[in-house]
Amino acid sequence: MKRGILLPTFAIAGFLFLYIPIVSLIIYSFNKSKLVTVWGGWSTKWYGELLSDPQIMGAAWVSLKIGVISATLGTILGTMAAMVLTRFGRVRLRGLLTGMVTAPLIMPDVIIGLSLLLLFVAMEALIGWPAGRGVLTIVIAHTTFCMAYVAVVVQSRLVDMDDSIEEAAADLGARPLRVFFDITLPMIAPALISGWLLSFTLSLDDLVIASFVSGPGSSTLPMVIFSKVRLGVSPDINALATLIVLAVAIGIGTSWFVMRRKEKK
Amino acid sequence: MAAPTLAAEAKPWADPAAKPFIRIRNITKNFGDFTAVDDVTLDIYKGELFCLLGGSGCGKSTLLRMLAGFETPSAGQIEIDGQDMARIDPHHRPTNMMFQSYALFPHMTVEKNVAYGLLRQGMPRGEAMERVADMLRMVKLEDFATRKPHQLSGGQQQRVALARSRVKQPKLLLLDEPLGALDKKLREETQFELIRIQETLGVTFIVVTHDQEEAMTLSTRIGVMDAGQIVQVGEPQEIYERPGSRYVADFIGSVNLFSGEVDASGTDMLRIRSAEADGDILAPPMAGLKARQGVWVAVRPEQITLSREAPQNARNVLQGMVEEVAYLGNLSIYRVVLDSGKVVRVTKANLSHEESPITWDERVYLCWNPAAGVVLTK
Amino acid sequence: MSGPAPKSGLRKGTERFLRAIGFSGRGLVIAVPTLWLLVFFLIPFLVVLKISVAEPMIARPPYSPLFVHGPDGWSLKYTFDNYAYLWQDSLYIKAYWSSVKIAFVSTVLTLMIGYPMAYYIARSEEPKRSLLLLLVVLPFWTSFLLRVYAWIGILKNKGLLNAVLMKIGIIDQPLVIMQTDIAVYIGIVYTYLPFMILPLYANLVKLDGSLLEASADLGARPLTTFLKITLPLSLPGILAGSMLVFIPAIGEFVIPALLGGPDTLMIGKVLWSEFFNNRDWPVASAVAIAMLVLLVIPVMLLRLANTKQEDLI
Repeated sequence: MKRGILLPTFAIAGFLFLYIPIVSLIIYSFNKSKLVTVWGGWSTKWYGELLSDPQIMGAAWVSLKIGVISATLGTILGTMAAMVLTRFGRVRLRGLLTGMVTAPLIMPDVIIGLSLLLLFVAMEALIGWPAGRGVLTIVIAHTTFCMAYVAVVVQSRLVDMDDSIEEAAADLGARPLRVFFDITLPMIAPALISGWLLSFTLSLDDLVIASFVSGPGSSTLPMVIFSKVRLGVSPDINALATLIVLAVAIGIGTSWFVMRRKEKK
Repeated sequence: MAAPTLAAEAKPWADPAAKPFIRIRNITKNFGDFTAVDDVTLDIYKGELFCLLGGSGCGKSTLLRMLAGFETPSAGQIEIDGQDMARIDPHHRPTNMMFQSYALFPHMTVEKNVAYGLLRQGMPRGEAMERVADMLRMVKLEDFATRKPHQLSGGQQQRVALARSRVKQPKLLLLDEPLGALDKKLREETQFELIRIQETLGVTFIVVTHDQEEAMTLSTRIGVMDAGQIVQVGEPQEIYERPGSRYVADFIGSVNLFSGEVDASGTDMLRIRSAEADGDILAPPMAGLKARQGVWVAVRPEQITLSREAPQNARNVLQGMVEEVAYLGNLSIYRVVLDSGKVVRVTKANLSHEESPITWDERVYLCWNPAAGVVLTK
Repeated sequence: MSGPAPKSGLRKGTERFLRAIGFSGRGLVIAVPTLWLLVFFLIPFLVVLKISVAEPMIARPPYSPLFVHGPDGWSLKYTFDNYAYLWQDSLYIKAYWSSVKIAFVSTVLTLMIGYPMAYYIARSEEPKRSLLLLLVVLPFWTSFLLRVYAWIGILKNKGLLNAVLMKIGIIDQPLVIMQTDIAVYIGIVYTYLPFMILPLYANLVKLDGSLLEASADLGARPLTTFLKITLPLSLPGILAGSMLVFIPAIGEFVIPALLGGPDTLMIGKVLWSEFFNNRDWPVASAVAIAMLVLLVIPVMLLRLANTKQEDLI
């Protein structure tokens, strides 16, 4: 087939569309001037300002903490759900679990946030727990949607995996828990890692749900960013974006490189 | 090592007083609406190499998986060595299984794969590793101990899988299509290897296979399965020479089936009127047949002789036209069309150089000894 | 044969005890995720449903209770006023309609941009292909909020786009894009583009190249080949990608809040302001329930399409 130039042009334009905003953030993070259109020369002063802003740094710490805990809890619960759905045979309420695992994936954030907040308020009135809203309630909310994503990722890995390998271990005398830790876990480890990373990213990125279920003193990074950028462009946020892009690029770049080397082997 | 008594020689199944090692009683397994195994009752004796033979979906693998404990029977009872298996989990059963896919642990070395079962039963590491080394030497894989499964060839993986299932010295070894993935040459070698293991160690084997030749070579007895039921159990020769049904006759080797009905006038020989055979067929007498009952006569292709001239003093002589000849070296296969339109398969050993062998479009006589035919009622 | 492990006797004892009190590891693994989702996912919706039929009150919490203890015992107190209010106040109907419209238009735009990209990637050779795929996925791992924010700097009146266009002389007055629906379209298309490209790519890469060659060999021109072969065969990918964009776009809050103007009506934004600005919990709950009903329709369509797709395979 003859190759036109139309298709590559379209594709390149598409990639430019994807990357121009990110590149513009990076460039303007080094702009001395506060105004976006005015180039005031190179400077790293916004990075200094960012790192010395206690509000942003505090929120970043809260977000990281919530991200790590939620992703970890979500990975554990999501893996359990995936095991039940793929390895436990006939289980009562299986349909219910399947529905509850997939529903959070398509549920709008505003609805998840609202419904959880209303639940927490009702629970506090009823049993006094959780007392007030804060990091705990955000972790609960994030764990809930994280486990849904992990369950889907791990489930697809488990379905692809030859389950006679686990049967072989049981046949050789390993108890179910032993089979899981000796055989299943090492084999689904890549799925667990990508599930955890996905969860961590989603937790770190969530504005809407956290806004509903957070309390005083538990503002997450997206909440702080949102309140800042609502008022317009703020250069220290550009610096923050650059740092995040850098971290992600390094992480993904290395994993891509490692994977390609492994494949070549 | 003193050779254990061989089940193949003692034939415990022929002795009504012998105690079976495995008793399967009215086992049924349903998957939803589908009945995979349908009311199977079967006794297997110590030291046997029992083959479950059948086409895909006949329930043979499900039956094996129920013995290993991976499937729970919907009804019925399984007893191994006098112990009811109903509430015993797979990891507590005195059985080990070799899987069709081998199911080697991909993240463990060959050595660790084989040692896994020993370590799980609590054997000290040092002792276990010694045992593993012995075992690997026995299967000639000692140089591959530290390799991962994906670095081995198919045949080597098969040997690791077999070693892993043997190392715990189970009372019962379950093999699911053990030779299915091997090429023909490796297959034959491994068949003899299995027989050797079975004869020297006296372990009881149950092998699931869809390959009738493999079943014939390996087993002390064969259980032929169809649609979840065991249709016939017997020694290989018995199954081949005296199949109990058209299904078994057709599944084991090839066979010519002539349909017809019983002629009441038969005395010492059974006379069967067969339109397909353009006349009457004589067969060995059989009890319990009614006059005019519809039956089939099964005749193996190698039992039929072909000739250009009408054979003298022979019974069961038919006439037909050679439609096709396939030369296979040691033997030739003929397809002969009878006047009724029925096609008969005949094999002829190519013993010595013949002047003018029978060939295409020749008119020939077919003839077989009445004793070679088997009357089937189903 | 070696004997059993020394500790197995003790283990068996514990196991028997746990079984006797009706506890098993298997039951635990089933119970924990099920209970979690029950308590933190399913029950919350029942709470929302309950509050959506309550009356707003100046109290803590700001709604009337469902069960009322009166002189003649417990009674049920509910009202459908909140739903009636949604129906009467044109704002809500408009917001629903506008959400569907914005989501639909954005989905079509995303498809038009994503299709050539997916096609181009699918037809690329390795390692270029996996590099391009990586480039598609990479933005997803960076903050969504910050990527939307980046468009403020580009689209605003004194932003990058206007500066460039004015410099090269295409316009002499800045274009007003920020705080309009156009900015929302751009934001949604930009954010959800990877979700469109990935399923499309997965579908197009499976397309047998020999089919296209056969078509060309039979005399079809490239455009005909595309319309008659490629496009129909990639319909499942188009459908999957479109749903992945359309469904979350309906409930989108951040993009209309940051890029849209006061006139940009989207149901997610309405729910947000109902809750945070008006503090009317019962009406916010009714909006949420109505929004769920609205979402069920495309999800059902997706299910239907999926089963059909399986039938085809």
